[in-house]
Amino acid sequence: MEAVEQFNTLPGIGKKTALRLAVHMLGREKEEVEAFSRAFSKLKENVTFCKECGNISDREICDICSSSRRNRSVICVVEDLRDVLAIENTQQYDGLYHVLGGHISPMDGIGPGDLNIDNLLTRAQNGETEEIVLALSTTMEGDSTNFYLYKKLQPFSVNVSTIARGVAIGDELEYTDEVTLGRSIVNRMPYESSISRKE
Amino acid sequence: MHLKNLHLVHFKNRDQADLEFVDGINCFVGNNGVGKTNLLDSIYYLAFCKSFFNPIDSQNIQYDEGFFVIEGTFDRNEKDEKIYCGFKKGDKKQFKRNKKNYDRFSDHIGFLPLVMVSPADTELVYDGSEVRRKFVDGVISQFNSSYLDNLLKYNKAVSQRNALLKKMGEEQRWDASSVEVWNMQLLQYGQPIYEARREFLDEFIPIFQQYYNLIGNESEEVSLVYKSRLHEASFEDLLQQSEPKDARAQYTTVGVHKDDLKFEIKGHPLKKFGSQGQQKSFLIALKLAQFDFMKMKKGIKPLLLLDDIFDKLDKNRVKALMSLVSEHHFGQVFVTDANKTRIQELFEDIDTALRIFEVQPNETKLITEK
Repeated sequence: MEAVEQFNTLPGIGKKTALRLAVHMLGREKEEVEAFSRAFSKLKENVTFCKECGNISDREICDICSSSRRNRSVICVVEDLRDVLAIENTQQYDGLYHVLGGHISPMDGIGPGDLNIDNLLTRAQNGETEEIVLALSTTMEGDSTNFYLYKKLQPFSVNVSTIARGVAIGDELEYTDEVTLGRSIVNRMPYESSISRKE
Repeated sequence: MHLKNLHLVHFKNRDQADLEFVDGINCFVGNNGVGKTNLLDSIYYLAFCKSFFNPIDSQNIQYDEGFFVIEGTFDRNEKDEKIYCGFKKGDKKQFKRNKKNYDRFSDHIGFLPLVMVSPADTELVYDGSEVRRKFVDGVISQFNSSYLDNLLKYNKAVSQRNALLKKMGEEQRWDASSVEVWNMQLLQYGQPIYEARREFLDEFIPIFQQYYNLIGNESEEVSLVYKSRLHEASFEDLLQQSEPKDARAQYTTVGVHKDDLKFEIKGHPLKKFGSQGQQKSFLIALKLAQFDFMKMKKGIKPLLLLDDIFDKLDKNRVKALMSLVSEHHFGQVFVTDANKTRIQELFEDIDTALRIFEVQPNETKLITEK
């Protein structure tokens, strides 16, 4: 069945679940199924990627990039648009974003050329950018991508920073893994800056 | 630390077994193929969550059966630890300590230190450098917890760098800044590995030589030599220098993943110049040095499993080994041998608790107790 194969192409959906979903769709009203498939077609037609930052958008430039209330001197670099949503939900950041579209991983065939990097280098030189915050996964691939970007950004007059790494809030020390705890000790911070945060 | 009892169901060729051991010497005697080594292997399972011989759990189930169970009670720091390992075909392996499931087997490995001396150790002499690195890595990771983590990350970085080299080779280009990224990762994780190996071997080699002199012949000078390109130059320089070579080969040609441990006798390779007896003494000395090292680092005497080690050793060597046993240098020891009389004679005068079990196809009988 063609529909089963299509469902099967989705992430996290195996053969059995695909079959279950297809059978479920069979049992629904014709209009409902049409509305369903229309929604998907529209998704691809109407949603594009922001020319500036690479985030999803229904216009050429996304809401964040075109907003006058955002701080245009800081750009936060993330792997994908889910990270943008996650950081937006913290309500602690009012700068701009840059979505790379992944991280460097030669084993998966992803090199720097496959990521939205050239555009970031252009933005770094646009005169208004003062700081670039690297907010990538704390995996080896994320680290490698950080290092690559850092090297590429060095010639420009922007500060490059990275998000803090350490013990998660609400965690007990004895259950924290050694690497994280070790890093938290090495990169300790003045007590004042730990209490002057808005929650 | 010692193993008090062992209970098996459908493990390899043992249908059932219920054995009680002494905190001393426990021997399994019997003909070839009756399953003496399988009994040792089941003890190994309880310490390492897998077989010493066959890493595929389903192949360790008795023929025509659907599951196996290994259960043992250890006395560790005067506390009973009940270890359970069960595997059912098609299911995940269950591993429990005092009825509590382990989430990760790696949390258990190292809890019950154990050293196995087996005829299969000859692979350390004959096989490629990988098995020798594995031996060294295995010993170090038992007491240095960040070592294994560095090793896993280092190996991943090598795979990533190799994938990059391969891709660039196919596309006939060289992207220096991409290579640099992975060089940095290799340095970050490889350097501590190199240092840990060097430190370990500095400490380990004298212990090894002492053992060889004891069970081997003092006039035979033996050594272990840590081979690494990192002795010559800094890892950073080596990586840079080997870039043209790596580009041609399309893989990473230098690093701690190419290290080796050379076995030498009188300055020559043991593989080519050592007799079978010398090789056997060499390997036993290597494993006993591992025993001493773990005892020193962990403060617990590991269990010692000696599988069929009396063949090919002359009387003097066996005697020297037995004197170590009688001096209570070791903790609990498990021994297998096909020759019942030899074992009975060997341990006759030794002043330690002793049990000899005769292993038969369908049952295991206690025949001597002291």
